[in-house]
Amino acid sequence: MSLLLIENLSVVIHDQPILDHVDLSIAPGQIVAVTGESGSGKSMTALAAMQLLPNGAVCQGSIQLDGQEMLDQSEAELCALRGASVGMVFQEPMTALNPVRTIGDQVMETILIHKAMSPAQARSRAQEVLSRVGLPSDRFPMSRYPHELSGGQRQRVVIAMAIALRPRLLIADEPTTALDVTTQAQILRLLRDLVTEYGMGLLMITHDLAVVGEMADDIVVMRKGKVVESGKTQHLLRHMRHPYTRMLFEASGHQVALPEPPPPQALLEVKNVVREYTLPRKRLFDPPGRHRAVDDVTFTLSRGERLGLVGESGCGKSTLTRAILGLENIQGGQISLGGQSVFAVKKTNMAVRRKMQVVFQDPFGSFNPRHRVARLITEPFHLLEVPPAGSEKQDRIAEMLTAVGLSPDDANKYIHEFSGGQRQRIAIARALIIKPELILFDEAVSALDVSVRAQILDLLADLCAAYGLTYLFISHDLSVVRTITDRVMVMKAGRIVEQGETERVFSDPQHPYTRDLIAAAPRLPAMDVSASVASPLLES
Amino acid sequence: MLRYMLKRLMSLVLSLAVASVVIFAVIEVAPGDPASFMLGVNAQPDTLAALRAELGLDTSKAQRYVNWIGGMLRGDFGTSYTYRTPVSQMIADRLWVSLPLALYALILSTLIAFPAGIYAAARRGKPGDLAVMGATQLGIAVPNFWFAMMLVLIFAINLRWFNAGGFAGWEDGFGPGLKSLTLPAIALALPQAAILARVMRSSLLDILGEDFMRTARAKGLNPRQALWRHGVRNALIPVLTIIGLQFSFLLAGSIIIEQVFYLPGLGRLVFQAISARDLIVVESVVMLLVFAVITVNFLVDLAYAAVDPRLRGRT
Repeated sequence: MSLLLIENLSVVIHDQPILDHVDLSIAPGQIVAVTGESGSGKSMTALAAMQLLPNGAVCQGSIQLDGQEMLDQSEAELCALRGASVGMVFQEPMTALNPVRTIGDQVMETILIHKAMSPAQARSRAQEVLSRVGLPSDRFPMSRYPHELSGGQRQRVVIAMAIALRPRLLIADEPTTALDVTTQAQILRLLRDLVTEYGMGLLMITHDLAVVGEMADDIVVMRKGKVVESGKTQHLLRHMRHPYTRMLFEASGHQVALPEPPPPQALLEVKNVVREYTLPRKRLFDPPGRHRAVDDVTFTLSRGERLGLVGESGCGKSTLTRAILGLENIQGGQISLGGQSVFAVKKTNMAVRRKMQVVFQDPFGSFNPRHRVARLITEPFHLLEVPPAGSEKQDRIAEMLTAVGLSPDDANKYIHEFSGGQRQRIAIARALIIKPELILFDEAVSALDVSVRAQILDLLADLCAAYGLTYLFISHDLSVVRTITDRVMVMKAGRIVEQGETERVFSDPQHPYTRDLIAAAPRLPAMDVSASVASPLLES
Repeated sequence: MLRYMLKRLMSLVLSLAVASVVIFAVIEVAPGDPASFMLGVNAQPDTLAALRAELGLDTSKAQRYVNWIGGMLRGDFGTSYTYRTPVSQMIADRLWVSLPLALYALILSTLIAFPAGIYAAARRGKPGDLAVMGATQLGIAVPNFWFAMMLVLIFAINLRWFNAGGFAGWEDGFGPGLKSLTLPAIALALPQAAILARVMRSSLLDILGEDFMRTARAKGLNPRQALWRHGVRNALIPVLTIIGLQFSFLLAGSIIIEQVFYLPGLGRLVFQAISARDLIVVESVVMLLVFAVITVNFLVDLAYAAVDPRLRGRT
């Protein structure tokens, strides 16, 4: 019998249809992955199963947990089920825990709120689950506060809270999306082990098809609130009947063809760069500690070359990026672009600065919402001594918007009128408008859906051919870096541990850390290419 | 935690030192002769000379500063020029009215604001919320002296539960003193409570949108439990800031209320001293108020750390 059986579930929030006749079932010990792009309703499906939908949501259909109809339960009955029969793990471990209460306290709360045990028993059960998820109390005392733990460790606490009462069903909403690849691999293994150990059903929501392929017994593909395809993982991957499924998989592994880079001629030279931070003193009169965020980094980026920089969070990628842009003072070494130093005695060298532009990760946060697109993308003009004006300016705006696949008419719109992918195109237009010699892409496609990401990668390849771009592409996503760069550097704890031609580094990594990274990254399951019809990107 | 406290304490001492220099400079060193300012333009030359000697204006400025600070540290604030009594005695008398009044008003305001703010946040957009928000809007808009007059009209003149004004003193025990402070405290507390309730509500609403509140619900807490166990304490930080500011205001800013209820408080003392150009009193009271404000800020900092463990390790 199914542990969770969702039949014909439709959800409407304030007259807005969110889910449309969704069917789904999970057996004990089974992992079912719900996947799809943003807005597909996958998270809403998870929240519906918990009956934790936003205010104003109306459910129709049926959600049965162990044969019990959830939609008929009173709020008090639902509270008794949540945490006891169904546990839930969320995406953002950094914010999913209450910052002012200890981790032991928060795990115990799950047990005590259901009055399942005496406080003493609850305490030892909390200790037991915390060590089960890899936080033994001799190294991670229960008196720790969330801010004293890393993201991966916090996610383990969230998992401990969810499984403290051995629920029959665990729902995990993008449980590893915010984590590094190596941490992600550990958390996924933990989840899988828990499923076998406790015989739980696991409903996993994720946009990452590689994770889906590795974890799931069954896959449910959703789009715009509807299930477009579902079935046994192996079967579904082999047959992929729906073009949307096929498009998702192809976009996930999307490859682009970069034009050949010109013969090497150094553009950006980074020599022995050191960026140190002073840490607060441990004791009043001790010398302050120092943290080297960037430690003796040396590399050269040639004109026309596409260089990748990969590494886990906190490895110093972003600090290095900011140093290159002259936004961050360095304590040692030299950064120069075309032979000129980025720093002109304590200040940023404007002559160099105007030759560099940057595209950031967050397409929503990196624009001033009160300005029109024309003003947004011409912002870099203030770097120029004689900024273009009049019709020349209008021509540049039109050229750039066309180059990134938008229309010149879009110049008069505001940024909220665009989707995430379009915003990232505008960010690229903003970077390109002063024809910089170097562009830095800081996780520029990480926040995008796979299909949009594939389009942006295509756009970059086209722009490389049209404008001969030189860029440094910073990302934690190895598969993207693999296709969009000629050469790659691997960074760990402030140091570049390996660099070389991208294909060579990926197929034959030399440094043990690179090998760990590549091994930890989940791989897309191989598709049956012969069955592919036309390019599904075009179909959609 | 100890380091945090030490650091805060150091900043407290430093702020006091800076404040004392500023107050001294403004009053004593600013252009014009304090003695002639105090006596006015028609002063007799010999009276002026006598006052100058009394104020020690013939010694150097640095010497005067040291004397002033040294005297205050010993509890000697000098002698009031107009009243010819020790300033320390005057301040002590007034403080016995103003400090209890400020505390009383603050406690009342907190007792009103916390439940109101939490109630409104928990019922966002519903009639209960709208009613509370409407009431706070009124509380902020209406000046406290109007509340004061209404309170006198209702509870003193019509119902005769309280006296219309005056202070009974603490000599006859706690009760009569507290009773004579009740109406002024309510008048002071109402507008403050209105502000505090709004801060509590909006701070709590921010917290209710946090991920960990959803986590709490997923654990099986009902909305009420989630609000009390995870919401309220997290919402306290901005509320504490406002409470600190309000206390400082209540201590010195209640001149009008003291006037309405005829209370011998610090506010009236400052007001009278300024009117009489009694710089010795003004200087001392201002320094005392600065001391109070800085001390309250120190206590608020400690309260932050008590509420939020993330601040304890920080310096």
